[in-house]
Amino acid sequence: MATVGHALLILGLVVAVYGVAASLYGVRTGQRAWVDSGRRSMYAIAGVMTFAFLIIEVAFLRSDFSYNIVASASSTTTPTFYKAAAVWSTQQGSLLLWVWLLSLWSSLALFLTRRRVREIVPYATAILLGFCSFFTMLTILFANPFSTSANPPAEGAGLDPLLRHTTMMIHPPMVYTGYTMLTIPFAFALGALITGRLSAEWIQVTRRFALAAWLCLGIGVLLGARWSYTELGWGGYWAWDPVENAALMPWLLSTAFLHSIMIQEKRGMLKVWNVSLILATGTMAIIGTFLVRSGILSSIHAFVSDPTLNISFVVLIAVMIIASVSLVVYRRAELRSESQLDSLLSREAVFLIQNLVLVALTAVIFWLTFFPLISEAVTGQEQSIGPPTFRPFVVPLALVIVLLSGIGPIIAWRRVTVANLRRNFAFPTAAAVVAAVLLLTAVSGVGGHTFALLMFCFGTFALAAVAQEFWRGVRARRAMTHEAAPIALFSLVRRNRRRYGGYTVHAGLAVLLIGVAGSSTFQHQRYATMKPGQSANIDGYNIRYVRSTAVPSAQKISFGAVLDVTKGGHHVTTLRTSYGIYPSQDPSLGVVGRFFNSNSVESRIGLDAGPFHDIWTVVNAADVPPLQPYITEGDAKFASLLTAISKLPPSAQSSQLSTLFALRDRLITELTQRFVTHPWPVQFLLIVSPLVSWLWFGGIIVAFGGLIALWPIPVLARRRVRSAAYAARLARDLA
Amino acid sequence: MEFLLVMVAAAAVILIVSAPFRRVEPETAEAQDTGTSSKVAELEAAREAKYREIRDAELDHRTGKLSDEDFHSVDNALRAEAISILQALDRAKEH
Repeated sequence: MATVGHALLILGLVVAVYGVAASLYGVRTGQRAWVDSGRRSMYAIAGVMTFAFLIIEVAFLRSDFSYNIVASASSTTTPTFYKAAAVWSTQQGSLLLWVWLLSLWSSLALFLTRRRVREIVPYATAILLGFCSFFTMLTILFANPFSTSANPPAEGAGLDPLLRHTTMMIHPPMVYTGYTMLTIPFAFALGALITGRLSAEWIQVTRRFALAAWLCLGIGVLLGARWSYTELGWGGYWAWDPVENAALMPWLLSTAFLHSIMIQEKRGMLKVWNVSLILATGTMAIIGTFLVRSGILSSIHAFVSDPTLNISFVVLIAVMIIASVSLVVYRRAELRSESQLDSLLSREAVFLIQNLVLVALTAVIFWLTFFPLISEAVTGQEQSIGPPTFRPFVVPLALVIVLLSGIGPIIAWRRVTVANLRRNFAFPTAAAVVAAVLLLTAVSGVGGHTFALLMFCFGTFALAAVAQEFWRGVRARRAMTHEAAPIALFSLVRRNRRRYGGYTVHAGLAVLLIGVAGSSTFQHQRYATMKPGQSANIDGYNIRYVRSTAVPSAQKISFGAVLDVTKGGHHVTTLRTSYGIYPSQDPSLGVVGRFFNSNSVESRIGLDAGPFHDIWTVVNAADVPPLQPYITEGDAKFASLLTAISKLPPSAQSSQLSTLFALRDRLITELTQRFVTHPWPVQFLLIVSPLVSWLWFGGIIVAFGGLIALWPIPVLARRRVRSAAYAARLARDLA
Repeated sequence: MEFLLVMVAAAAVILIVSAPFRRVEPETAEAQDTGTSSKVAELEAAREAKYREIRDAELDHRTGKLSDEDFHSVDNALRAEAISILQALDRAKEH
């Protein structure tokens, strides 16, 4: 089936190129049939890529090692769940996933707009098909997932142990969904610029896709952070890694876009800003894809560097930037605002400041992410940039964002009187002051951390502001309809999904950033090397290494530890952590040694997560010095036995080899069990972090709010629009 | 078998892509008159946005973010803008 897969890729490329030509020819000559044919090309590509993706998925599930990517990223012992996810752990598979998702979402967008924005759609179709052509070409020329080997290995290398985590099943498709969906508003924005139809129409058509992209990218980023926290064994969730930043930057820009388009929709303002913002967001999505694929910046998440692939991406990004800038400059006269800010005390003004802060934050992250590359180009030496470099810039800007996320919901559009402002700010401000007083009096050490204290106060302000908005909304609805409070709340949210979905997102963001501030400022961390029976203290907790565990299996050898956590003599929790070593395929490490000296390792953390603090630990059992003499001796003996067996007649070799491997397995089991019978000291990383759970909980609230805002408007609300139309017509007639 | 699968896929693609050229019925007047329908669609989008703005102002007023005085001023302005959009929409539809 590899030949079919390869043929499908070529078919996809041909159809994409045809679709670009058909769309452009159709719109230039005014022949609708060609435009429709161009649009249908995208549907056809979606079908072709679905078929191609299914072929590669089946190859992984069947452990068909004749496919090179299956042999490199899967094995017969890889669990089925991870076999399915192993496709996108490879460069080739993830590029195919990219094209597949792009074709699916683009098809959906083009289907939904088939009778709308007719002048813009053909250009948007051509641009989206252009992206499809580019990525399909990459898979054919540089990263073909259907390349096969004439002599397939009997066993594959297996999936990287670090990727054997539940979230990794969802994280990459989520991030790619975000990236690919961002190309849709990008394409429509370029289409609007080309045709000069620059009203809010293209925004209304693509807003839902921008919101869905924002939501998926956000969920992807959060899942990545969760993976980092629970799998990577360093105890953190965000390392300002280039690939993490690559996903965060378009998310920040799309956040700004989703706010500023409201100003254009309502007031006809910020047209240049909005179109520039979405073009930058789309370009940033491709830059993000490039960073993961290219490996130009060192990152745990990046694939191996490929110069040819890199040049192709640089050309695409350059074309996107040049086209975007040229068109914005060309249309600058038509992009003039239709009105001006009525007052600095208005939601428009708050949105504008928020936009500037988000763009500044993105610019800072972009600069610091690429700084190692720039410093290498200028000085010849690559300078590494870590979290301490980011913090002084990012923290103050994050504080402003949280504060604005509280101010935004309680300030009206157009204008606000000072008296009104005072009335709306009173409760959230009082809540923030109370929070500050409580924290300063009840929690020791908070006063010394100004930024954290401010984040707690601003977060409380935002939460109180959102709560006040919900409360007032429910009260107003109850006054009109006399509904019970829960029904009034449900109806209020249902009829105003954008507004209350947005408010929910703001509340979630406040909770999330309170969690970030708390966990990053007040974290306690230490290393302790212990043998069973020994203990270490951290942040008032006593952590005792109770016993060691060892589990040899066909997949891996696992050395573990059970720890008892107490505080003030009272039992708090029991933690279990382990260190897994997957056998290496490198025969030079020895028949026995390859089971113990592999680089293919994973950590299972011991975690007790609570609403106010997490107790986190991981054991590092990479070194096995007490076993080394036995391993060396075993390697030598088995090597000589293998040599002896190789001299036997072929008919006798098979049974002798079976006996030999059974002996080897027994030796490995006995050596592994020595960790229990004769335990040696191992190193533990012990961490006590406050409020980490707030981060995940805040993320769930953000996602929930995003879903509310994304959900289609109910029929009732549409009916209301019609009645409003009659009311407006009546008002005009009366006038 | 593989060759057959590729041929089936290619045939399906050709069928999908060429469907608009096999259409026998003429295009509707609405589809042909792209300029007018685009203008109408643009105005309808503006009208939807204006209605949303009016509803938002009403909700802002009910929840106490806008004083009575501010609300009446904003509401009057918004309704005036909505009326001019409706007038333009009627004109565009007449053409």
